[in-house]
Amino acid sequence: MLTTLSFNNAIHWMRENLFSSVTNSILTILSLWLLWTIGSGAWSWLIWDATFVGSDRTACLKPEQGACWPFIEAKIGQFIYGRYPDAERWRIDLLFFISFFGFMPLLMPSAPFKRVNLLFMVFVYPIVAFLLLSGGMGLEYVETSLWGGLMVTLVVAITGIVFSLPLGILLALGRRSNLPIIRWSCISFIEIFRGVPLITVLFMASVMLPLFLPEGMNFDKLVRCLIGVALFAAAYMAEVIRGGLQALPKGQYEAAHALGLGYWQTMRLIILPQALTIVIPGIVNTFIGLFKDTTLVLIVGIFDLLGIVQLNFTDSSWATEQTAITGYVFAGTIFWVFCFAMSRYSIFMEKRLATDRKDN
Amino acid sequence: MTKSAILVENVDKWYGDFHVLKNISLNVNQGEKIVICGPSGSGKSTLIRCINQLEEHNAGRISIEGHEVIPGQRHKALARGHIGMVFQQFNLFPHMTVLENCTLAPIWVQKMSRKEAENIAHRYLERVRIPDQADKYPGQLSGGQQQRVAIARALCMTPRIMLFDEPTSALDPEMIKEVLDVMIELANEGMTMICVTHEMGFARQVADRIIFMDEGEIVEENDPESFFANPTNDRTKLFLSQVL
Repeated sequence: MLTTLSFNNAIHWMRENLFSSVTNSILTILSLWLLWTIGSGAWSWLIWDATFVGSDRTACLKPEQGACWPFIEAKIGQFIYGRYPDAERWRIDLLFFISFFGFMPLLMPSAPFKRVNLLFMVFVYPIVAFLLLSGGMGLEYVETSLWGGLMVTLVVAITGIVFSLPLGILLALGRRSNLPIIRWSCISFIEIFRGVPLITVLFMASVMLPLFLPEGMNFDKLVRCLIGVALFAAAYMAEVIRGGLQALPKGQYEAAHALGLGYWQTMRLIILPQALTIVIPGIVNTFIGLFKDTTLVLIVGIFDLLGIVQLNFTDSSWATEQTAITGYVFAGTIFWVFCFAMSRYSIFMEKRLATDRKDN
Repeated sequence: MTKSAILVENVDKWYGDFHVLKNISLNVNQGEKIVICGPSGSGKSTLIRCINQLEEHNAGRISIEGHEVIPGQRHKALARGHIGMVFQQFNLFPHMTVLENCTLAPIWVQKMSRKEAENIAHRYLERVRIPDQADKYPGQLSGGQQQRVAIARALCMTPRIMLFDEPTSALDPEMIKEVLDVMIELANEGMTMICVTHEMGFARQVADRIIFMDEGEIVEENDPESFFANPTNDRTKLFLSQVL
């Protein structure tokens, strides 16, 4: 009884939604055909025709070969750590572990010890991360030229994210400042960095900057790139945040001033909490852009995840027709997972802040 | 005997080429209640916004309790002069609860302890008759309740002067009375008040003086009885015939 009913319901639903007119029916059939083509293609390439076990290229040479997964398996260490010495890779693992358990509770509104957590992440974590990554205090020194893979992607992305937000806030406030010198400097900074491609910024940072620095004063290429990426992202961030600042009614500023709050108090307590909430989607959008832009550090000879994957295409023991595409699919998936996670988190925060405050 | 709370002397204010306030002079004694009315665009809001320096006047002098307010030093003058202000659009902080709205300035400006500030906030919320809404957000309250919170928020700074900028103009008619009642109570307690309002009933009941402004000038200034009974200026007569 129940089954016939739901079967009838399904027929009814399909007639209503999928086949309500001739055009609609044609579109439905077309879409189904498209889905089938893409889906079956993906299925056979990813799984059905793919190779899962093997030790070199010979495993991936059958006719109608799909993905060559053993390539990823064999190279996964490089993809994650770059050319970081095998014996020291535990340091990266430890850092991944600390980062995960440092950032996660910070991102979860209900997690306890926020203040301690924040203090740890601001004051202790950067030092720990620096020591673990580059060495010192008894740990063997590892040059940044050996760093690579996902680890570099994350180092660049996280530094960029962490520095671009506060810097962007300051630039946005500066752009709306009443003090002409501050306003002009901020406008110039923003417009210059927004007006040039990131590749140019990275080139400037890695090739041009040392020319301007005094003899003997030279800091690491990766550090220079980090600064370049952070400044570049900050310029975009500033414009996103400015949008939020402008969306707030003037009355909020006036009420704060009428209560005797000073400029910084007004910004910190009244304006920024509201402005940042409004522009969460824009901020996350910038973060996602930044995360993907990290691949451009390849241009100055730093091998991020994508760079190191590409580098491995030249390995003759894994040279097959499917190696490159397998590598790209792998790298793409990793990037997608991180970006999608950021996107979901932003939606979660928006909803939470909306229910928290119930503005109108 | 009575001391001057607010002294405005020959104040001029321009917005670009537009002359908003023309040579305004006004003395408000301590404990006095002044109602300012007039058609829109007459400069009445600008005048009280100049008094607490939300706008800077271009010429003349404004003194609060004997201290001159100098354009550009708004913050200092406000913290010293204890002027509270209530806006037409309430301007509550939507991301904070009612209680947080009220304790914010006492904690951050007057450096009061949180507990002390909360005690004071609860006391004033009780006085504006919404003690049970302390933990709600402004968006969950009606317009009348929001405006009463705004009054309580201003009172938490224990001001000696209260400025009201059309406090009932954005309210639905049935909520106007609850806000006016609070304001009348405040007036009866001896607060120095300047209200920009079109509520003529309120003006008649509490005002010591009514000031009529038009085109940036004080056109007429009188006690309520004479103001309503024998307006001398034609523009006042026209205005009164429209609002009464």
